[in-house]
Amino acid sequence: MGNVDNKVDQYRRRFLIRTAGQACGATLLGMGLITFSNQAQSLPATAIRPPGALAEKDFLSACVRCGLCVRDCPYDTLKLSKLGDAVTTGTPYFVARDIPCEMCDDIPCVVACPTGALDKSLTNIDDARMGLAALVDQENCLNYLGLRCDVCYRICPLITKAISIEVQRDPRTGKHTLFIPVVHSNACTGCGKCEQACVLPEAAIKVLPVRLAKGASAQHYRLGWEEKRKAGGSLVTPDSKHQYNLPQGYQYDNDGRGLTKDKQAKPTPFANNPLDTLNKQPERKQ
Amino acid sequence: MSALLRPGSEAIEVNGWWFAHRWLFIRRGMQLSILTLFLIGPWFGIWVIKGNITSSLLLDVIPLSDPYLLIQSLFAGHWPETTLVIGAAIITLFYFLIGGRAYCGWICPVNMITDFAAWLRQRFNIKSGAHLPRQSRYWILAMTLSGAAITGSLLWELVNPVTLLYRGLIFGMGSVWLLMLALFLFDLLLSPRGWCSHLCPMGAFYSLLAKYAPLRISASKREKCNDCMDCYAVCPEPQVIPPALKGAQQGNGPVILDINCTNCARCIDVCSENVFKFSHRFNNSIQSTHNFKQSEVLS
Repeated sequence: MGNVDNKVDQYRRRFLIRTAGQACGATLLGMGLITFSNQAQSLPATAIRPPGALAEKDFLSACVRCGLCVRDCPYDTLKLSKLGDAVTTGTPYFVARDIPCEMCDDIPCVVACPTGALDKSLTNIDDARMGLAALVDQENCLNYLGLRCDVCYRICPLITKAISIEVQRDPRTGKHTLFIPVVHSNACTGCGKCEQACVLPEAAIKVLPVRLAKGASAQHYRLGWEEKRKAGGSLVTPDSKHQYNLPQGYQYDNDGRGLTKDKQAKPTPFANNPLDTLNKQPERKQ
Repeated sequence: MSALLRPGSEAIEVNGWWFAHRWLFIRRGMQLSILTLFLIGPWFGIWVIKGNITSSLLLDVIPLSDPYLLIQSLFAGHWPETTLVIGAAIITLFYFLIGGRAYCGWICPVNMITDFAAWLRQRFNIKSGAHLPRQSRYWILAMTLSGAAITGSLLWELVNPVTLLYRGLIFGMGSVWLLMLALFLFDLLLSPRGWCSHLCPMGAFYSLLAKYAPLRISASKREKCNDCMDCYAVCPEPQVIPPALKGAQQGNGPVILDINCTNCARCIDVCSENVFKFSHRFNNSIQSTHNFKQSEVLS
């Protein structure tokens, strides 16, 4: 009897040890994988996800790495990461400087995605936020040097909305104008056409992940003028008209329009052209 | 002795070389033609099936998706689009009918590599290596799913040799060759049938779909077995054979019911007595073997 018990005990013992061994082995393997997964799943800043891609963390839980988006991309923009590439293996991405996104109206990559890793709710490509262009090199950008390159502005599919040209005085010459390309995050889709088109050997304008390209305002910050507009009046001190010493019929501070004059305003002793005033001979009393 | 190095040699003598390899060729043909269907798209622009083994679109209409991928995604915390769910349902149903691990024998490309390693081991009588517990794969399966839950990502897909190889063949290999070489050497020298039959969580997952699969291999003429052991020698999961082949006295029917049988049918090939054949799970009464014998005699 005791012998049988002993044998059962031994069986049980062996079974438990074997099972524990297998469980430990699998756990060790898993721990190794998890440790290595943080590196294996980091996304380099030059790799841009297709339009509609979920936030990177959600994307990695959703994408099954099937490559259907890559297949349906008509411009061979999208690539599927190979084992050993810097991008999470098997996931789709593109490099703007090589082949940018052409922003198809029907967004075939999003339509092809079976998982929702590319969000089906994206139906207007202008709403895509693949990244954000940033004119990172103001030292080498030709427009900043005073030339009229404008290529990034001209190529932008949302010209004037995503990239506009803002003029500044050129402080170097003192008499010329700088035409500065300015990216607007409320319109830029991150398609990368500007980065690809930049004429410099290394692009001065680059599409970066939004988190790198954009800062964020603190939550408690309020823009006084916005708050005032929303409230319909000053929230701090009651609005009272500032008194300026102006000739009759002249006003100042008209919502940013500066100095204005009524039609019935009397002419000032000063001519419109300041030179006339300077050249004017003092009136002599006769 | 040579019979053990070359299992199936008796069957070759009795039935001829082609007959003793027929299922092997059909199976390799299936593995390669499915792969070819995937490849003629990118190579020649003939799009029969698009995507890869994790998820694809057949004839531009029918979604097919790997249920193991779906489940990893669910564990990682993402509820996918209906397309993926439908695709996974189709594939699940398919393997529910033909036996889950038919995936391993008939579709998976890694099978060709590990079969080759196993063949070399036999041919050159390599005995080295550690025998791992076959249950390990279920622990690894559990690990891949809990790992997905912990990291919130498809953790196993970073290293899954099956999907990496298939995707690599279609979309570009990268360094998948190295991984496959490692797997080959592992099976050849470190652990006999180590990957597919002991560790692979994908096989473990698919084995769970085989629980009620109708299509099974049956040792329908088991009384003719001459104990040559060739079927054990070629079988990637030899533990599945005895309950059916030698189980008459324990009251077992002749059908191989073990969920880890890959339906690879190599046992049918190498048996000089033609003991095995494709059958179904419901053709499993002990008496039926005698009826089969009679019908064979009649025909």
